[in-house]
Amino acid sequence: MERIPILKMGSLLLVTIQVDMHDRLAMTLQDDLTSRIVKDRAKGVLIDISALDLVDSFIGRMINNIAAMAKILDADTVLVGMQPAVAITLVELGLTLEGVKTALNVDRGMKMLGLGGLS
Amino acid sequence: MIGNDVDVRVLPLRADEDVVRMRQAVRECLVSVGFSLIDQTKMITAASELGRNTLRYGGGGEAHIQKVNDGSRRGVMLSFIDQGPGIADVELALTDGYTTGNGMGLGLSGARRLADEFELTTAPGAGTTVRIAKWKLF
Repeated sequence: MERIPILKMGSLLLVTIQVDMHDRLAMTLQDDLTSRIVKDRAKGVLIDISALDLVDSFIGRMINNIAAMAKILDADTVLVGMQPAVAITLVELGLTLEGVKTALNVDRGMKMLGLGGLS
Repeated sequence: MIGNDVDVRVLPLRADEDVVRMRQAVRECLVSVGFSLIDQTKMITAASELGRNTLRYGGGGEAHIQKVNDGSRRGVMLSFIDQGPGIADVELALTDGYTTGNGMGLGLSGARRLADEFELTTAPGAGTTVRIAKWKLF
């Protein structure tokens, strides 16, 4: 079964979404990430969407859910690399991302999570 | 909605993967008409919402992708057609946040905002067709 890989870097989980996800795959990611936060005792989740040219309400909801579940499990979520066209579309769509910080890139995202960058 | 029949691409919407395929086909069409990246993104996002509705609430159906031309403008028209239960209260369905499932309730209202033209035809027990169009000035 196809899965989006989740990388563990210390107390951080990094997910880079590089495929056009269908709904089932998004649901699987949501479940996988939540399980991994518990299993790896993660303090932060970085979701890299710099390769996504589309974020619709389903993906938006997935992101909100991940952030909410992470919060309950005492972890913060940062969304990284949102493309400008996606940001503009999300506003017009009327979708608000809740409980999610945003950062321009992975390095800044990691600093935001207080986990230091690689530089 | 004005539109000449240029060619229509019909795609099934029966499974999650079909929605992905449809999005890609819509992207190809928008690119070929010369829409900006922002317009592409808006329209594909609208298509994703409507395609999902067709699949989840309409019991499956099809998407029609059509290049249109009204003499002074070129554009793309997308139709999402199902033979499902239909929408009983259209006003309510078009309200932000209203959902009969566990979505965010932004699909229909969002698609209307993201497209230039929006047309909804439905009746209880008679299926639903949602048409959206985006125009590009020559």
